[in-house]
This record gives sequence, structure tokens and C-alpha cells, in this order.
Amino acid sequence: MSAFAIAAIFLGFYMLFCLIRVAAGPTVPDRVVGVDTINTLVVALMVLLGTFYKEVIFIDVAIVYALLSYIATLYIAKYLEGSPW
Amino acid sequence: MLRSLTTGLGALVIYLILTMESGSLGLWSLEELIVGAVLALGVGLIAGRVLGKGEADYKKLLNPRRWALFLVYLVGPFFFAMFRANLDVAYRVITGRIKPGIIKISPGLKSDLAASLLGNSITLTPGTLTVDIDKENNFYIHWINVRNPQPSPEEVCGRFPRWARRIAE
Amino acid sequence: MVIFIYVLLGIGVLFNGLGSFALLRFPDVFTRLHGATKCTTFGSIFTILATVAYGFWGVARGIQGDLTLAIHALLALIALLLTNPTGAHAIARGARRSGVLPKRAVVDAYEGYKFEEEE
Repeated sequence: MSAFAIAAIFLGFYMLFCLIRVAAGPTVPDRVVGVDTINTLVVALMVLLGTFYKEVIFIDVAIVYALLSYIATLYIAKYLEGSPW
Repeated sequence: MLRSLTTGLGALVIYLILTMESGSLGLWSLEELIVGAVLALGVGLIAGRVLGKGEADYKKLLNPRRWALFLVYLVGPFFFAMFRANLDVAYRVITGRIKPGIIKISPGLKSDLAASLLGNSITLTPGTLTVDIDKENNFYIHWINVRNPQPSPEEVCGRFPRWARRIAE
Repeated sequence: MVIFIYVLLGIGVLFNGLGSFALLRFPDVFTRLHGATKCTTFGSIFTILATVAYGFWGVARGIQGDLTLAIHALLALIALLLTNPTGAHAIARGARRSGVLPKRAVVDAYEGYKFEEEE
């Protein structure tokens, strides 16, 4: 069904908004918020593309991507906090 | 022991869901079942205490009544509150009318499981975002539309503390 | 059934767009986190539910392999629901502790909060 591809194109377009925030954000946490939003959108996009192409492997990659990007976000947040580990 | 078994059981369930439709024995093939059991045992032995602190937390995790309550909570009040939250954020994105501030509430939860459940619920529901939590389980919450500088827990997050207490305490 | 899937996809795309637009519209980190976390999580729930509905529809028509699609998509949804609010909380806490103040704040109960030295 091509509706899934069209929705995926929309999600890719929204990533541009987040990229503007990543480029322009005045402070570092602003940029991190932008990257985190892009991560969520990428997971949704991979699931949609996996449905469009009928490839289950895309969705498996999406699961792993969600968990790994979460760890990366936690790592950056902990670094921003500046407290001893 | 209970810790390792619970963690291993969780790992096994996720493995079995991921390898569904693979063979002849029901939905799974024999090889997948054996590999899954061995891997789950290994993961349970290595990462035995990731899901909670004491034995009491694990007894809660193995209680099916709590899981049933959790599912009811997830599709009922939680989903409804999330829907309202999104309409609220949509309204504020379009009109730009905000009045933010960081407030402190003390819902009086004792266990870590209940506190994390309440914190995640607060983040996804109308106009509130958990910023920090201290040793006495007081929540510091960023509220997008402050109506009262020193609110009671009911004013900020409705009936959620009661649900969290019923599910995970 | 096709219309139902279209509606789910439409709601999902709409709220995802709202979330990314909130990133540009709001004044500081915390309000941006509000928009980004809530709206993109909600939108992603609906787009993934569209996939799940499509998969179960395929199972009902007897197409091979669609059950796997739906179940794996549900697992991705669970991963997203568990990790997203926690990540937002971590960013908010990191931002506040690194000294970013909420703009236009009416009240800040966090002032004077003593950070305990964790070991």
C-alpha cells in the first residue's frame, strides 16, 4: 500500500524541522532534544518502510535502533549533568 | 535466585516473541526453543538485578493481578490522558499561550517501581514533565501552565498516584 | 479496513508534524521537550498501530508472513513507549543541573535544591 510510503515521506520531511533546531539551538540541551526527536521519527519511519517493502528485517533494525539511541541519549544527559558517575 | 529467574524469564519471553512463526513445534522450532532457553539462562545469571532492588520488587513483577491492572490502566485512563495531553500541546503550539514553571509535589510513594511508573506517566500526560526526583520521592515537575505555585498531587496529575500505588506498591 | 488504516496513518502523521513544529515554536528546552516527547510518541503509536492493523488484516486474508510483521511492530512500539519518557526525563534533568533555567518561569521550586554528591 503506497499510503505507507507517503507517510514515510512526511516523516522524513519533519526531520528537517528537527535538523533546523539541531543547527540553531542556542544551548547544548536544545540540540540533544532535536536529536532525540529525530531518533523517534526514525523508528516510526523504519516501521513504515518495513511495511511498505514487506521486509521484517527493517522492523528488527528499528527495535535495536530504539534501544541503542535511548542509551546514547542517557549517556549525553549524564554527561551534561556533570556529576560524578 | 528469584532475581535471576525473573530476568531470565523476561528475556525468554522477548526471544520467543521475536522468533515466532519459525517452525513446527507450535509456533517455534526445537532449535529456537533450546537456544532461547540457554541464552535466557545466561542473561539471567549475568544481569540478575536490573529490574528492581529487593526481592519484594520481583515478587510484584511475578504477580499476574498487577499485570492485569497495568494493562487496564494502559488502555483506559492513561491513553485517555495522553490523548488530552496532545490536544493540549496542539492548542499551545498554535496559540503560543504558556505560563511555565517548576513545581514540587510529594505523592508519598514508597517503592522505586511505583515512582518510575508515576514519573513516566507524568511525562506523557497533560502539560507536565518530570525533571528530578529526590531521596524522599518528591517529584520536581515542569508544568507548562502553572495555576497554583504550591499544588497538591491531585491538582497536577489527577488520579495517577492512586493507580501507581495500586499497581506497584 | 483500508479507510481505517488511512485514518490511523493520518492521525499519526499529523501529531508527528505537530511535535516537530513544537520544536521550532517554543522558547526553551523544557517546553520543547513537552512538545517533542508527547506528540512524537503519540504519533508514532498511531503509525505503528496502522502497521499492526495492516498485518492482522493480511493474516485475515491469509497472506504469509504478515503476523511476524505485526508482532515485531508491536515490540518496537513497546520499546518506544518504555524508552521515550525516560529519555526526556534524563535530558530535562541534565539540562536543569547544567544550569539552563526555564524561560518566562512563574515559579521555580528547584532553586536552592542541594545536589547530593553521588558515588
